[in-house]
Amino acid sequence: MLLLCLVFVLLGLILGYAAQHLKAQGDPIVEQVDALLPQTQCGQCKYPGCKPYAQAIAQGTADINQCPPGGEQTIEALANLLGIEAKPLNAEFGAVKAPAVAFIVEQDCIGCVKCIPPCPVDAILGASKHMHTVIATECTGCELCIAPCPVDCIIMVPIANKPSEWQWSAQHD
Amino acid sequence: MTKLAHFHGGLKLTAHTLSVPIIDSSLPEELIYPLLQRANHYATPIIKLGERVLKGQMIATVNTPFAAPIHSASSGIVKAIEPRIIAHPSNLADDCIVIETDGLDAALASRSCFDYQQKSPEELRAKIHHAGIVGLGGATFPTATKLTTEQDIHTLIINGAECEPYISCDASLILQKAKEIILGALILQYILQAKHCIIAVEENMPQAAQVLKNAITHSIQLISVPAIYPTGGEKQLIQVLTGTKIPAKALPAEHGFICQNVGTAYAVYQAIIQGLPLTERIITLTGKGINQPQNIRTRIGTPIKHLIAQSGGYNKKVQRLIMGGSMMGIALSSDEIAVTKASNCLLALTSGELENKSSEMPCIRCGDCATVCPAELLPQQLYWYARSGQLEQCQDYQLLSCIECGCCDVVCPSHIPLVQQFRAAKGAIIIKEKQTAQANLAKIRFQNQQQRRAKEEQEQLAKAEKRKATIEKMKAASLAKKKSL
Repeated sequence: MLLLCLVFVLLGLILGYAAQHLKAQGDPIVEQVDALLPQTQCGQCKYPGCKPYAQAIAQGTADINQCPPGGEQTIEALANLLGIEAKPLNAEFGAVKAPAVAFIVEQDCIGCVKCIPPCPVDAILGASKHMHTVIATECTGCELCIAPCPVDCIIMVPIANKPSEWQWSAQHD
Repeated sequence: MTKLAHFHGGLKLTAHTLSVPIIDSSLPEELIYPLLQRANHYATPIIKLGERVLKGQMIATVNTPFAAPIHSASSGIVKAIEPRIIAHPSNLADDCIVIETDGLDAALASRSCFDYQQKSPEELRAKIHHAGIVGLGGATFPTATKLTTEQDIHTLIINGAECEPYISCDASLILQKAKEIILGALILQYILQAKHCIIAVEENMPQAAQVLKNAITHSIQLISVPAIYPTGGEKQLIQVLTGTKIPAKALPAEHGFICQNVGTAYAVYQAIIQGLPLTERIITLTGKGINQPQNIRTRIGTPIKHLIAQSGGYNKKVQRLIMGGSMMGIALSSDEIAVTKASNCLLALTSGELENKSSEMPCIRCGDCATVCPAELLPQQLYWYARSGQLEQCQDYQLLSCIECGCCDVVCPSHIPLVQQFRAAKGAIIIKEKQTAQANLAKIRFQNQQQRRAKEEQEQLAKAEKRKATIEKMKAASLAKKKSL
């Protein structure tokens, strides 16, 4: 009897220790959801970035069909992860577009630096009264720089279909 | 006679050999050089529009070891650097240097060198790189890079085993340039300091074997291998010749072997002994859609239609143009496309030669594809996963080890285009990896920006507080002063 009590006390202590010291760091679901999002940081889902949207999905306050850049693929992956039914993209948040990057028409740029702070990934280079340019390889195509430009010199250029980027598809020729 | 090993699977295919001698192609009006080299490596033009270039002059350079420089194959004027359709499975246009030839064929002065053994392997490698030499078997991996290895190479294999049933450019080159190929092999052996050198030819090219036998003077071993497709594959050939099986993810060099095509050996001879860059290659023009099938020595950059015209033109039954062999070649959308360093064969096929692919039927799991697969994969299982987009399972079943030889397509009783599915799945894996890499980069940059902004805000707050504190201090001091007065 005494031995049994001792064992219980010991187990209790172990559990108590584990509860204190082996807590999961962060929210694993948020991280998993975040990993499936395209990281465009465009805010089309009405959240200020992909991570906040992931948090909202994990808490159940946002639906999984609010990410236009991710499109059908992302919705399907999220549905698989969360064990729920996939649904079509909610048109309220935008439509799926072909991948594109921002491009500054340099002769029109007045060097106002207004497009630099909105860029979520620091992909615009430029200084006051100097011409700006977009680093194409870093641009996520979020279009957040377009509205602040006072002279409308930023355009979205679709990513060209070059042989070096081309991949086979399963369609028969 | 050494005892030969076998690799798993493979097929005995009917060979379509050509017995006519090599002819030289005439000078085309235009030479076209795509800047895209292998995969996604581009060469950079070093000539200006309107500039006159000479035969053998370098017109584009590279800054990566995974591509080689490009040289003009004749003299003329740089007419344009513009998008043209290139020899690529996408059939898309990409930037090309276009040279309008002037008919003079004026060449740069070349410096010949007969005592290559006086030079260090490094010097010879640099010369090979500078001459723009790449693997001429079709993979076009830069030869100088392949010869630069930290591994101890014990065996150099000169690959004369034509892989595909229609291609005979290597056999015809051996018949004409056996001595030069042997000398090229010796140069390669000297660079690698390899103990052994083997030249492999197929059993169905006895003439080529005889010519090589007469030309061999040194310690090079000549071995005839059975004509089982794809013996010409690097790893398959090594296994047949030596019994050593190279694991799927390893390079032959890690096991002490290096393979070079006979055409590459000849190009090395030309670069080192004659001082000539790679501007020509031999291409097999064949298929029933062409009037005079033959092997042609052509300038790299020559438009295909020029070669077709020199081979009697098309006949009426022609259905499809394929660059490369019937097993692994790519369908071309136009004959304006130019010959590249990779072009070993051009097939003009008639409907009778093309397989009827419309009758695709469901997989019956007979397993014939697994029996013939030289990479020892399970194509029936891979097909299942590839079709349903289960890319992780595809990778678990080693899809990336598939060499796309097409043996499974040939034996499939349901006529399923398996290789097409595998290529598509490989493409999907590459796209997915790229997207993940891009997303990770964006995530890191976004996080860094947020951290930086938070830090800036904190610093500003701290500054404001400090200022507030100094103002209050000054106020207190002035108050105390007033009081004391």
